[in-house]
Amino acid sequence: MTEVLQILAALLVVAGAFFCFVASVGILRLEDLFMRMHAASKAGTFGAGLPLVAAAIALWDSSAAVRALGTVGFLLITAPIAAHLLCRAAYRCPDVKLSNNTIIDELGRQNVSDPEEDDK
Amino acid sequence: MTAELFLEICCYGALGVIALSLLLALYRLLRGPTLPDRIVAVDMLSFLVIAYIAVLVVSTRNAAFLDAASTLAMITFLSTAAFARYIERWGNQSERDHREENAR
Repeated sequence: MTEVLQILAALLVVAGAFFCFVASVGILRLEDLFMRMHAASKAGTFGAGLPLVAAAIALWDSSAAVRALGTVGFLLITAPIAAHLLCRAAYRCPDVKLSNNTIIDELGRQNVSDPEEDDK
Repeated sequence: MTAELFLEICCYGALGVIALSLLLALYRLLRGPTLPDRIVAVDMLSFLVIAYIAVLVVSTRNAAFLDAASTLAMITFLSTAAFARYIERWGNQSERDHREENAR
């Protein structure tokens, strides 16, 4: 039983580290603030959440498990809110430019390449 | 015994990968062209530090570090919300200055 829990915790730790690495590559390579935010908030939450679940499993202790899972729940609730706040503020900030590969900008603020105009 | 060794190896590998991710996010923090880019990088850095602490908890079997992780999660949310407010005000402010300069 203990060995199964340890192997499960090890797999969760590795999965969390993988998500962290993917998120950091995304934040390094993607070309736009909003694309980078997509990588950072989504994969960052998983990358922090899976090792915390692994900690709860590996310690197998009620007090530690409550703290770890409570932190996971807090992250899952607050990370989208923080990303939304920051995204809204950054979209209104005049310094932030959208990438040239942006297909559609529903709020219509700035120079987005229009596929119909390109055809003409 | 073998499972314990496997867990140790996985923990050390994960610590190395997360440390590499921290360096990549730090590069974006130093380079980021605008202020919102840097704030996204700071947000990301604190998520990575939370992940690092969690792996350290698994590795050392010391539950005391979990308090640091939960505190960091709360502080990160508050600071990101405060920075978003700041960008909103600051962006509008610079736009207003621009308009005033054009009017002159």
